[in-house]
Amino acid sequence: MSNEDNSPGMTLNTPLLNELESGPWPSFVKDLKEYSKKRPQIVQLLNQLEESYENKWNYWLGKIINVPGYGGGVIARVSEKADKYPALANFHTVRVIEPPGWVYNTQALRNLADSAERHGAGILQLHGMSGDILLLGFDDNGSMNVAEDLMHDGWDIGGSGAAMRTLQCCVGQARCEMACFDTMKTTKFITDSFIEYLHRPEFVYKFKFKLSGCGNDCGNSIVRSDMPIIGTWRGPMQVNQEKVAEFIDEKGMEYLIDNVLTRCPTRCMSVRGKELKVEDSECVRCMHCINVMNKALKPGKDRGVTILVGGHRTLKIGDTMSSVLVPFMKLETDEDLENLKEFIERVWEFWNDNGMDHERIGEFIHRVGMATFLDGIGLEPDPRMILRPRTSPYIKFEELAPTRFGGEQAQNPKVWNRESEGPETAD
Amino acid sequence: MSERPMAPRDQGAPDYTQYLHPLMAKNYGKWDYHERLRPGVLVHVAESGDKLFTVRAGSPRTMSADTVRKVCDIADKYCEGFVRFTTRANIEFLLGDESQLDGLINTVEQDLGWPVGGTGPSVSNIAHTQGWLHCNLPGTDAAGSVKAMMDDLIEEFKSESFPNRVHLSTSCCQINCASHGDISVIVQHHHPPRINHDNMQICELPKVVAICPAAAIRPAVVNGHESVEVVQEKCMYCGACHGQCPSMEIRDANTDTLSIWVGGKMSNARSAPTFMKLAVWGIPNNPPRWPEVSAAIRRILTAYKEGGKDWERLGEWIERIGWQRFFEKTGFPFTKYHIDDSPEALSNLNRSAMVRL
Repeated sequence: MSNEDNSPGMTLNTPLLNELESGPWPSFVKDLKEYSKKRPQIVQLLNQLEESYENKWNYWLGKIINVPGYGGGVIARVSEKADKYPALANFHTVRVIEPPGWVYNTQALRNLADSAERHGAGILQLHGMSGDILLLGFDDNGSMNVAEDLMHDGWDIGGSGAAMRTLQCCVGQARCEMACFDTMKTTKFITDSFIEYLHRPEFVYKFKFKLSGCGNDCGNSIVRSDMPIIGTWRGPMQVNQEKVAEFIDEKGMEYLIDNVLTRCPTRCMSVRGKELKVEDSECVRCMHCINVMNKALKPGKDRGVTILVGGHRTLKIGDTMSSVLVPFMKLETDEDLENLKEFIERVWEFWNDNGMDHERIGEFIHRVGMATFLDGIGLEPDPRMILRPRTSPYIKFEELAPTRFGGEQAQNPKVWNRESEGPETAD
Repeated sequence: MSERPMAPRDQGAPDYTQYLHPLMAKNYGKWDYHERLRPGVLVHVAESGDKLFTVRAGSPRTMSADTVRKVCDIADKYCEGFVRFTTRANIEFLLGDESQLDGLINTVEQDLGWPVGGTGPSVSNIAHTQGWLHCNLPGTDAAGSVKAMMDDLIEEFKSESFPNRVHLSTSCCQINCASHGDISVIVQHHHPPRINHDNMQICELPKVVAICPAAAIRPAVVNGHESVEVVQEKCMYCGACHGQCPSMEIRDANTDTLSIWVGGKMSNARSAPTFMKLAVWGIPNNPPRWPEVSAAIRRILTAYKEGGKDWERLGEWIERIGWQRFFEKTGFPFTKYHIDDSPEALSNLNRSAMVRL
């Protein structure tokens, strides 16, 4: 099937969709209708969508199709109404890895538009919920050809299935004074270091990284990714007392008290005259005060990241929110990045060796317990990983349980005052 | 194509450094502060004193190649060819010359037809999923309902009049690809899957059994074919099996409804991130404009705008005033279905004598 084909006499018939042309917000219906004048297969797409609106029913099915050398990246769609809409018989999405931080020049955008149009329906989505660029409407050959074209032009296709998924990060140091590490560089580093896991699904289930330069988490990492990497700092935050005084002069003392001091989750700030005092050891790097007073306050200078683990949406065991795994890790030098890579490999190895089919890492940790997970990846427990200790007394103390089948129990194990060996990861 | 050598594989993420606006490249990691000049317009000031202006506009996310080219024409004229996109499908035009701001804003709003806004305490663009346009699982459309909702909310996008930012999301099945938001719309099903026993050979049966969160699916031989059966009492109509196996149809055009969830928060600012909670259920799935959804969202936003204090996100406002007051102020009924029965359920009860009377 060529994408230039069109059933003779096929005309737009979309009374319901037409109701989405009016109103002030930009209308994808208006855009696609206009575009259908030169791309006839979009007439069929809109007519099928109209039937969905009419019958409240969906007419797409999936299938599996892959670009040679890849196990993911093409989301195949076939229409149940292919007899009526032959151009939709095969109408696949190709996922393309986006530039970290979604930055583009127009040459790159035009290249994507041209490739999408040359081999498919010429519909782009910027961007998918995993962060990728989505190009829509390719038949089987078109999917192969657009992938070849894109890869000749320096792009690479994205992830799907039980694989490392395309990463997503905030704009970071490219345009934000709050970013505590280089989100774009780290995103490219992880993508490129593990590209084989992105393209050839071999995990027990999908694995998503999202990166944010600070606790504001514009990358939506804690809720939406298996491994959030979030910028933070050690030691004191930077306070410019002159700017603090200017802020008070401009906004008033009441505003400072109501919207900065009392909104601090650990109440670690106080004011003396027009001088702001910060109990830095109590600060949890939530970013609120810095958001409000971003000229006067800045993250501290000794910067790094907090790594969390285990976030995903409801299926299957209910929502899991990521929780702290590594409270602090430096992430500046090439050696730091290699440490991160080694750490990720340890996490993946234990999860993939022991996880069940279709078990996200958050579900895996829920099943085996965080303590077992920490044992498995060789990380010491740290009170910053929890909100509070357990309340249930039913515990299997390895050091205290009597041996049942021979051997001798260790005498007087000093569990209660055992010295911590410290986390293995730099802190 | 055939004479051309195979393209290189596994190239990884694009080299983003070539896509950085010159002022971004020059001041990378050396930004000092930023200000919002007016809704939709930011200025980032570097330690060097350089100023980078950003004009944020709401995009429809789904766009034709021609529309992408129109965006490029504008970026070439005003932005030295550099733009970026945000997590919530906004576009950001970047420019160094402040005198070009008005021309750029005018061109974006008039020629492209995309509204400028979405910054600070506004209602930002709606993160949304694929819907009937191109997904294999949806119970409703996404782009269409987003268009209808944002038609209603466009003035809230173009102004900054809420206590804090409002992030919305819509998802067209319960997998919820668009994830949590301050306000979120998802589809809900009300019956167990209808099994097409004659077409189960296209599915991996062990995976169909294993994916059920309620352990309601078990192997069965039906009409001499290997298939599965669903324990009706255990099934909670989530549709996990339908994602795994198209022969386990969960959707029902006559009975599927929409529900609205509130109080999700990604950021760590002030309080830890939170999941969204059920606010309104049983809303009709009513294309092409889903007016009942827009009306319900408007009621929630009106109450939040009136009651929220500076910097409180929607969920933080509700936690302060209590859910009793939330239901009073919005007028939505509180029902037994709002009481959690998940494994986390007991921790979501009011385990105290602290009650507003």
